[in-house]
Amino acid sequence: MSQEDLPSAGDRFPPTRRSVIEAVRSIDAEERELALAALCAAYWKPIYKYIRLRWKRPAEEAQDLTQGFFLELLERELLEKFEPAKSRLRTYLRVCVDSMVMNAEKAAKRQKRGGNLPHVALDFAGAEEELGGAVMDPAAIASPDSLEQFFEKEWVRSLFALAVEDLRELCAARERERTFLLFEAYDLEGNEKVSYDQLAKDYGIPITDVTNALAWARREFRKIALERLRELCGSEEEFQREARAAFGWDSK
Amino acid sequence: MKFLSDRALERLRDAAELPDLSGTRYRLLERVARGGMGVVYAAEDENLQRRVALKVLDVPGSDGELASRLVLEARVLARLEHPGIVPVHDVGTLGDGRVFYTMKFVEGQRLDRYIGTLESVPDRLRIFLRICDAVGFAHARGVLHRDLKPANIMVGPFGEVLVMDWGLAKILRGKAAADSNPGDPDATIFKKDNLHPGHDGDTEISVITGHGTVLGTPGYMSPEQARGDVEHLDARSDIFSLGALLRFLLSNDPGKAHAGKKYRLEKSLEAICSKATATALENRYPTVQEMALDVSRYLDGLAVGAHRESFLEKTARFYRRYRFFILLIAAYLVMRVLILLFLHR
Repeated sequence: MSQEDLPSAGDRFPPTRRSVIEAVRSIDAEERELALAALCAAYWKPIYKYIRLRWKRPAEEAQDLTQGFFLELLERELLEKFEPAKSRLRTYLRVCVDSMVMNAEKAAKRQKRGGNLPHVALDFAGAEEELGGAVMDPAAIASPDSLEQFFEKEWVRSLFALAVEDLRELCAARERERTFLLFEAYDLEGNEKVSYDQLAKDYGIPITDVTNALAWARREFRKIALERLRELCGSEEEFQREARAAFGWDSK
Repeated sequence: MKFLSDRALERLRDAAELPDLSGTRYRLLERVARGGMGVVYAAEDENLQRRVALKVLDVPGSDGELASRLVLEARVLARLEHPGIVPVHDVGTLGDGRVFYTMKFVEGQRLDRYIGTLESVPDRLRIFLRICDAVGFAHARGVLHRDLKPANIMVGPFGEVLVMDWGLAKILRGKAAADSNPGDPDATIFKKDNLHPGHDGDTEISVITGHGTVLGTPGYMSPEQARGDVEHLDARSDIFSLGALLRFLLSNDPGKAHAGKKYRLEKSLEAICSKATATALENRYPTVQEMALDVSRYLDGLAVGAHRESFLEKTARFYRRYRFFILLIAAYLVMRVLILLFLHR
């Protein structure tokens, strides 16, 4: 898969309130494919990193397993068996990954058979780079609880990254590129030294413009992230729970 | 796709959480607490230059139910003008689409934290009576709280007691309201002839929760509420919570809010708690006022309705109530005897 295969605003899962869980069960093949692509886009990276750390599989094997997992989702219709009332989608997928890796041989055979993976770019090199960086310490995530937390954190990272990309596209579409640059500089770079005042000087605009631009970008980011999340949940109750977990509202 | 560092994740979480107050007259100060469906912030009302508490929804529901609940909570509070109920100033929608309302910023302590400073049982009972006063007032206006617990009671620096968090409130209405103009919020929501049990013809509405929805706090929630039997809730459900609250106040231990736990409590008080927390609705106090009356009678050294006293208990209570006079008379009699003995020597 190449960078060109990355889902763009145009071929994104339609921004309806419909969940991917319902959509993958649809009789409409196109809707099914888009739903699976949305699911894959949000989950492939957390799953890949999880296989690398939890199952200590080499990069190449983890790549095969990640792709194999999404094929299994399709072939074995695993999402059909998911019951939103009983568990979270995130937990269900993680358990499915565990089960699949334990039966890795079968998965490898399935991999050889080939199949139709959703059109989502899986940038394994980028994921590997993130794994090798200072962002996480594999030694610190040995227990099952910490693995669960790790998977959740990576899933949130993936969800937010997708929302940021959507925001970038939205800014471009509305000719608000500067707004995104301000948002990027203040909220994404994580540089404590950047202030509204500094940004106003850098861009030669009044400080109120910076304030308004950031307020707009955050508002849109929140909206997009919640929309993305809603798509990835099987029920309203799950959405409420996951939103609180994703945004850290439970722990604050 | 850009990799987001842990720091960026935290900033994005903050960016998504903090309410967008642009275009309002409020300035965000700090986060104060989080409730079941929203977060409470301290904010400054820049027009009036005063501190207010701003409650805002965190996650929007897809059907707008949570937003409706928050608006309804604000409206319930706005109509319950009572010194024991926090007053609401404003309600609206923020730029980010979230519903909010502002209310008086209460400086004080939650009851479960404040209770440690109260040594005597009478002091604790007086606090309890003030809670009953506010809840009884709400019942008289056709509103059930449904989530009475120590964490939802605030005690101010001057001992004022405020019943907080009406997010699970259930609104009842009487026959009269059903016949009135549906466009009038007062009529459709607040007209309630009688919410006491046994009153025929009452219809109940709740736009907050439907039948089968379990909302409340275990330990303080009545059995019918725990079953999700929303249609049959009345004042006695709050009375159950008040009974658990009274038990907590007297035992000073959240774990002892439930009946059946072993600890020493005077029989009359135990009887009040037991009657209030009876499993069967018909065995509970019918109104908050009757429960409060029993507590007041106990404070005044009188017999309580919930407990049938033995002769010994009656005597002991009589002694406690008139101890001063009894001791005075006894001292007088002893003096008389001593004087007589002295004169006959």
